[in-house]
Amino acid sequence: MTDPNLSPASLSEEIEIPESISGLEPVRSVRSPIKLIYDFVPSPPVQEYLRSYSKKKILGHRSPIDGAVFVPPRGVDPRHGALIEESVELSDKGHVGNFCVTNLPIPGRDDLDIPYVSAWIHLDGANVGFLGLVAGCENDEVHIGMRVQAVWKKEEELGNTAENILYWEPTGEPSVPVEKAGNRAWDQRNE
Amino acid sequence: MSEFEEPLKAELTVEYPFTRTTGKVIGAFMTGLREKRLFGIKRSDGSILVPPLEYDPVSSEPLTEMVEVSQSGVVETWTWVDPPRPQSPWDTPHALALIRLDGSDTSMLHAVIADSFSEMRTGMRVIAQWKEERIGHIADLEGFIPETKEVDS
Repeated sequence: MTDPNLSPASLSEEIEIPESISGLEPVRSVRSPIKLIYDFVPSPPVQEYLRSYSKKKILGHRSPIDGAVFVPPRGVDPRHGALIEESVELSDKGHVGNFCVTNLPIPGRDDLDIPYVSAWIHLDGANVGFLGLVAGCENDEVHIGMRVQAVWKKEEELGNTAENILYWEPTGEPSVPVEKAGNRAWDQRNE
Repeated sequence: MSEFEEPLKAELTVEYPFTRTTGKVIGAFMTGLREKRLFGIKRSDGSILVPPLEYDPVSSEPLTEMVEVSQSGVVETWTWVDPPRPQSPWDTPHALALIRLDGSDTSMLHAVIADSFSEMRTGMRVIAQWKEERIGHIADLEGFIPETKEVDS
C-alpha cells in the first residue's frame, strides 16, 4: 500500500507522457462552471412576509414558548420545534449587530459598488437579526450597536420583496452598548 | 377559504465559475483531447484505465504510464436522452453511453450521436467524432457515432 504521508503522485511522480504529445504545451486547467436555475416558492409564512413588504411592513413570528420574535417568520421556533402562528409587525428601525466591509466584487452583483457594508440588522422588537446593507454614512463610521432605519424604495416601485428596502441608514440616535447589541443581548431580552 | 391567492414564485440562479487545475495525469488526457487522441493509464497488471486516474482504484499506488488507446470501441450500456436538458452540451436527442474503447479495460461515459434510439444497440461499435475547434476539454469530443457512418473529421 502507498504511504499516505507521501506527496500526491501528480506532484511528485514523473508521468510517462506518450511521444505524440510530449513536446506540446500541456493543459493545466479546465473551466467547469456550474449553474442551477430553479423556481423558489416560499413557505406560507414567508409568502405573508414578502407580501407585507409591499405595504412597507416587516413581519416577525412570536414563539409561544417564551415570546422570542423571529424575522423572517418561518412558522416554527427552531429551538423548541414548536409551531408559531402569531405574527408581529416590527419597526423598520433597529441596530447593527455585526457587520462586514466587502472590498471584492461579487460576480453577478454589479449593482453593488465596492467597498460596501453588509450587516446583521436587529430590529426593535426582534430577537434575531437579518441581513441588510448599511449606507448613508462613511463605511468607517459603521459600528456594532449603531442605530439604523430602513430606506425604502419609492411608493410606485414597491413589490412583494425584501428588496423594497434599499439599505439601512444611521438614525443618529445613541448607540446600543456593544454588550447589548445583536445576539449578545439574547440572554437579556426579558430584563 | 373563499379565494385562492396565487403563491409568490421567483426564478433563482446559483452559479459558480470554477476553474480546476488538472494535475499531470488529467492534464495529459486533456492535452490528448486537444490533439484528437485518447489516452489511458496502465495499472501494474497491465490493464488500462480510460479515462486515466492518478491512483490505482484497488491498491491506491500512483499510476504513471500513459498509453494511447483506439478511437473506436463498444457501447456497453446506454440511455436515450430526449429532449436534452437546457444546459446540456448537446442540443439534439442523443444517447449517453458507457463506451469501452479498444485497448481499454474500463468504459467511459460520453454521448453517442445517433438519429434515433432505434439505431442504438448494446454491443454496437462506435468511433470518436471530434470538434473542429478544440481547447483541451472533454467537450472537444463531440461524441461517438456508429462506426458504419462516415467520420466527419
